[in-house]
Amino acid sequence: MQAVAAAGAGPRKPALRVRFARAAAPYLLILPGGGWLFLFFLLPILALAVTSLESGDFIAGFNFDWNVGNYTFGLQLYSSQFLHSIEYGGAATIVAFLVAYPAAYWIAFHAGPRKAAYLLIVLLPFFVSFVIRTLSWETLLADYGPLFKPLKDAGLLPGDFRVLATPVAVTGGLAYTFFPFMMLPIFASLEKIDRRLVEAAEDLFANRFEVFRRVIFPLSLPGVFAGVLLTGIPAVADYVNQDLLGGVGTTMIGRVIEEQFEVDINYPLAASLAFIFMVGLLAMLLAYQRIFGTKEILSD
Amino acid sequence: MAGQAALTIQAKPQARVRARRFRVGAWMLPGYTHLVILWLFMPIFVMILFAFNDTHGKYNLQWTGFTLKWFEHPFAIPTLTSALVSSLSTATLGMLISTVLGTLIALAFHRYAFRGRTILDSILIMNIAASEVVIGSALLTLFIAGNVPLGFLTIVLAQVMFSIPFVAVTVRARLAGFDPALEEAAEDLGASPIETFMLVTLPIIFPGVIAAALLAFAICLDDYVITSFVAGNTQTFPLWVYGATRLGVPPQVNVIGTFIFLGGCLISVTFAAFRTWRNSQLAREAQA
Repeated sequence: MQAVAAAGAGPRKPALRVRFARAAAPYLLILPGGGWLFLFFLLPILALAVTSLESGDFIAGFNFDWNVGNYTFGLQLYSSQFLHSIEYGGAATIVAFLVAYPAAYWIAFHAGPRKAAYLLIVLLPFFVSFVIRTLSWETLLADYGPLFKPLKDAGLLPGDFRVLATPVAVTGGLAYTFFPFMMLPIFASLEKIDRRLVEAAEDLFANRFEVFRRVIFPLSLPGVFAGVLLTGIPAVADYVNQDLLGGVGTTMIGRVIEEQFEVDINYPLAASLAFIFMVGLLAMLLAYQRIFGTKEILSD
Repeated sequence: MAGQAALTIQAKPQARVRARRFRVGAWMLPGYTHLVILWLFMPIFVMILFAFNDTHGKYNLQWTGFTLKWFEHPFAIPTLTSALVSSLSTATLGMLISTVLGTLIALAFHRYAFRGRTILDSILIMNIAASEVVIGSALLTLFIAGNVPLGFLTIVLAQVMFSIPFVAVTVRARLAGFDPALEEAAEDLGASPIETFMLVTLPIIFPGVIAAALLAFAICLDDYVITSFVAGNTQTFPLWVYGATRLGVPPQVNVIGTFIFLGGCLISVTFAAFRTWRNSQLAREAQA
């Protein structure tokens, strides 16, 4: 019918083939990338859900039988590791915020013509491989490493003072690793603020602190919101920092999942732990968005 | 560019404000920022310093004297070199594929309203926000279920997957300031869709595409968690280094790390300088 209409409408209306191409264009554009994400992002999560309900072992093979026991067992057995993840990841997010915000504020508002240069300098360290950076922290924080040996030799610190293998080292390492994810969104939202609003506040006799509290900080909240998300989620899940900087009692849930997969080869238990973790994070995320949410999370 | 204009306009009132601020603790915030920069660079200094360490044992943890010998033979460890080569090749492939696919998605978002737009948008955001352990373990269960042999191929599949959203978001940000009238004008002048894309759209979004490609390359090269899940017996550079932590990390790792760092610095400084030059060029044209 459309073909008839097209033929009858005269030469001004594009041919059916062209109109079809126009309608199909967006789908053709998203097909390769969207398909890739479907196959290797969404489908795997489905596979994870299925695996988490299987029972059996590596030698006899696993089969699917709605084994919900993996979940209760996993939660019971590893509750302290789940808690560690939330504690260290949460603390690291707060530390990263406290470090990043004032620096981002100064660079955005007071670095003048050197603004771009400062931002670049702040991001340069992250060109070094993540694993090497964490290793360097291990070297730095060692009990008799370059930071503490001089202080201990001078008698300023007791000989048994240590940071490495404690939660402090893990938290610091996590805050360092994911620092750019806090810094960049905060900087972006601070930079976007219309300077005339700041001037208006000053003209209305707000002092520097009031300007910050009533104008700048509220306007930077979308950046803070995104920064907390982008730092908190990977920090809670990371296990490299804990492995290299933490000690025996600091194991986080990421490590447990990895070991269940790679060492114990208990796929169903590992999958159920990963699933609990994912759903837990999602729930926290939604709650967080409800309480502090702004509309833009990652949108430009 | 709008931001720049705003900055020049308000240069005068800022001078007034600055004069007042010099009184109260004007050094505190800049001091803090410079301390933060010092903190950020501390492990980098350690990495570079210990590339010059004349260590004799397995462990490169204590300073034992200056040497240049590690720079003479940075590729003396064959397994480390081959890990570096496979890192560079997976990252290059991952970058090329994800840049194309991500850019196509960004173009679709920019030009068309289509069914499933919000769904795709939330999948992109979910992918960026999802934790790597979950993605890695989910991919591994899929590959195990599908009997896919782990190795080079699965690493590339995974790296493209987690790079696409970063590319799409970056290119889309660039497209946001792009006037669609330019494309319409080209089409009115008889350009085919492909000509329009090659001659009008691509040149305009090119800086964004390059930035996205660099970002994709960097995150592919550096990824540890997801890659470690799907790598099988294949070693990439981060995987090799991580595996070596138990046996002692050789100074060659510091040497290669230093080179990667310098390469990254060079590329980003060049890129930033080019952008500054281009902006000033554009500003001059606008004035004339």
